[in-house]
Amino acid sequence: MQNILLNIDTATIDWSRAQFALTAIYHWLFVPLTLGLAVIMGIAETCYYRTKKHFWKEVAKFWQKLFGVNFAMGVATGIILEFEFGTNWSNYSWFVGDIFGAPLAIEGILAFFMESTFVAVMYFGWKKVSPGFHLASTWLTGLGATISAWWILVANAWMQYPVGCEFNPDTMRHEMVDFFAVAFSPFAVGKFCHTVISAWIIGAVFVVAVSSWYLMKKREQKLAVESIKIASIVGLIASLGAAFTGHISGQQVAKVQPMKLAAMEALYNGGTEQGLTAVAWVNPFRQPDYANEQAAPLKIDMPYALSIMATNDPKGYVPGINDLLNGYTLPDGTSEPSVEEKMERGRLAIQTLADYRKAKAEGASKEELSPLLATLSANMPYFGYGYIRDRSEVVPYVPVNFWAFRIMVGAGCLFILFFAVLVITSFRIPYVTIITRRLLASLGLIHESHADTVGADALPVWHYWLAIALVPLSYIASESGWLVAEFGRQPWTIQDMLPTWAAVSDLNSGSVAITFFLFLILFTTMLAVEINILLKQIKKGPSA
Amino acid sequence: MTYEFLQQYWWFIVSLLGALLVFLLFVQGANSCMRSLGWTEEGKRLVINSTGRKWEFTFTTLVTFGGAFFASFPLFYSTSFGGAYWLWMIILFTFVLQAVSYEFQNKLGNFLGPRTFQFFLVLNGLLGPLLLGGAVATFFEGSNFIIEKNNLVDATALTPIISRWGNASHGLDALLNPWVLVFGLAVVFLSRVLGILYVMNNVADEDIRSRGSVRLLGAAIPFVILFVAYLVHLLLKDGYAVDPATGVIFLEPMKYVHNLLDMWYLDILLLLGVGLVLFGIGKTAISPNYVGGIWPAGIGTVLTVLALFLVAGWNNTAYYPSTADLQSSLTLANSCSSEFTLRTMFYVSFLVPFVLAYIVYCWRKIDAKKLDKEEILTDHAY
Repeated sequence: MQNILLNIDTATIDWSRAQFALTAIYHWLFVPLTLGLAVIMGIAETCYYRTKKHFWKEVAKFWQKLFGVNFAMGVATGIILEFEFGTNWSNYSWFVGDIFGAPLAIEGILAFFMESTFVAVMYFGWKKVSPGFHLASTWLTGLGATISAWWILVANAWMQYPVGCEFNPDTMRHEMVDFFAVAFSPFAVGKFCHTVISAWIIGAVFVVAVSSWYLMKKREQKLAVESIKIASIVGLIASLGAAFTGHISGQQVAKVQPMKLAAMEALYNGGTEQGLTAVAWVNPFRQPDYANEQAAPLKIDMPYALSIMATNDPKGYVPGINDLLNGYTLPDGTSEPSVEEKMERGRLAIQTLADYRKAKAEGASKEELSPLLATLSANMPYFGYGYIRDRSEVVPYVPVNFWAFRIMVGAGCLFILFFAVLVITSFRIPYVTIITRRLLASLGLIHESHADTVGADALPVWHYWLAIALVPLSYIASESGWLVAEFGRQPWTIQDMLPTWAAVSDLNSGSVAITFFLFLILFTTMLAVEINILLKQIKKGPSA
Repeated sequence: MTYEFLQQYWWFIVSLLGALLVFLLFVQGANSCMRSLGWTEEGKRLVINSTGRKWEFTFTTLVTFGGAFFASFPLFYSTSFGGAYWLWMIILFTFVLQAVSYEFQNKLGNFLGPRTFQFFLVLNGLLGPLLLGGAVATFFEGSNFIIEKNNLVDATALTPIISRWGNASHGLDALLNPWVLVFGLAVVFLSRVLGILYVMNNVADEDIRSRGSVRLLGAAIPFVILFVAYLVHLLLKDGYAVDPATGVIFLEPMKYVHNLLDMWYLDILLLLGVGLVLFGIGKTAISPNYVGGIWPAGIGTVLTVLALFLVAGWNNTAYYPSTADLQSSLTLANSCSSEFTLRTMFYVSFLVPFVLAYIVYCWRKIDAKKLDKEEILTDHAY
């Protein structure tokens, strides 16, 4: 096995990973705004449908215009992602295509057609369909995007936690045996909820930022105030929801991807009663010496919090990187083998599979094949470890996981605070609003004359600037979440089944490098055009 | 439902999606001749806005075609996409350019200018059909790949990768085969024919309609010549047959003629399809006031392409032949998903008529009033 792995150009693997990461990162710049704006423009149009006030139609149309500019780029980058599974990861496509292809096909049939049909009605149907049908089209456009997110996240979740499948030695691939286990895996449900809800935060932050700019410029004030009201409620619900679903996701990661959790926490040596790291110094530019260090330098943690987060028990056991490499025994007596043992069993699985195929080709009987199948079945859970050359390869790059996780969680907490203050100051909540505004005035955060005035238009300028500054932060937080999810599972394309170097296509690195740079130039140029168009549209306002 | 039935069924679904995709290439075809059809800036804008209301269907059908292939025949997905890397990447690249071109081109803040994006639309309009047509032609002409599943576990193998391309061109070699080019160019001209017919039907503008009926024959004549030439070549050439009992693949003289003889219903489909395409073109060319040619020609395109796809895969035929190693050729049986997955997706496919129904309903609502200059000035427009 070592010999054939040497024949894969490592640069091809790196460029293929870089290209997929580039496409995914760019795709995720556009998708969350699509998902988030879909909710807000849907609410605005519902207000129009209920009140018949022309003002709400203008609000809905304004956000739909911005939605449209962003939507096209999401579609464009999405198609590349789907086909890159085949173009750059051809071994992967065969090895698990039997399971992985189904969600992608269902996504196309159920979601993409819904989006593409109703988005056309939403834009071109104002004068051609009834208001009710138009409203339904607006919501169905958002629903289509959300259903699309469901199926692609089902596919992604399956890579992180492969369920509902069995290996078939005759076809040399994993095959689906339980569709519902794949489609409704708890990992998929958790991932979907966390991802979509966090996307709503981006939509809400974007709307608040644009509205804040209008308020600063003393333009479109009614549109801005009403939009902030909608966005602040969506944002508060979403940021609280993201925290809750994030906690559930964390628990699932602890169960099925403990190495990812250890990397997120820079937890080198685990144990019971583990604290959650608040701050620590992890050099962002090099892999820490986890084998020799007891813990990351300057570590300050919240006692018991990691054990509670991972196991719901303050005394719960959380393994660190070294525990996972060396093997460990849980307090209940169950034990996890070392990586060396897993590698040994993985190689045995691969060798047994080779023997099985040779014997079958030579016409061996069922009785002769039976012991080989039994050995294969016993060692199949470690199949992917057979391709591991060194134990260090199963440790993901700790700095990216550690810092990305902290950025995501830190920004998430800030969003809860931001939207909570915005809701309280924008709506007339008995006692709470006035007391909060007076408190802010006493701290000098809002002007005294505004202490008893309710509304988003009676906030200080710095608040508007803060809202605008939160736009890039919301994107950084969202992308950080994906970095944790994807860097944290390295080197696996499918957890414990297939490392990246056994999943790649037979391409020379030069070809992939060229397409990487072509996509980089294309996506970056188009992003610049999109941002410029969005800024001009916002500057021009709803009458544009 | 046997495993074999499910394989044939899924080849039908993939073929239907492929046929719909070729029909929906009218978007590319119209864009490729936007200058000659539109003539003025206002006219070009009408053409772009007309195709701009349908481009997402073409795009979505392409994605679903890929997704359905992945789900039902994953070995094709891994072999063709991973092997013919450059061919597919160029196709994708032009479709990405198309996707943003509508929304961006006439927006304030587009610092690249509208002509840049119009150029992208024309580029996609020419390269998209040419390369997609070329990719379809490889279903008959073959591609240069080798498959060895044991590579994944064979310590003596050169590489653990199952599918390998036989040369360094990674798919561009297909364009060196003149018959691939003939078929690709036939699809380019077909898309232009359909594009002209679609715009004539969808846009209420006499100038564009009169220019359309003049330009129609300029696209239809080369299409008919190229298509007939390829059809004759196809009927006379050796085909890639598979022995269902052993799975051994062998060259069979005039295999595709045998397929048409064995599957007589495909002859009807093919003749009906070609007849409808010719009727749509002919009636539009002869009757000055007839603008409904897109319907017979569109339905005819779907039937014709569907028949060609089915000829390529049904009746014990290798649908993705390998010119490097005959036994590596892909057949429905050796490249399909498991019975469980095909059966699951069989039930999912019941949703397709429902999806088609709401598409048709919405399409009719939007197209009830034909696009005109006033709508572009007063309503949402690209």
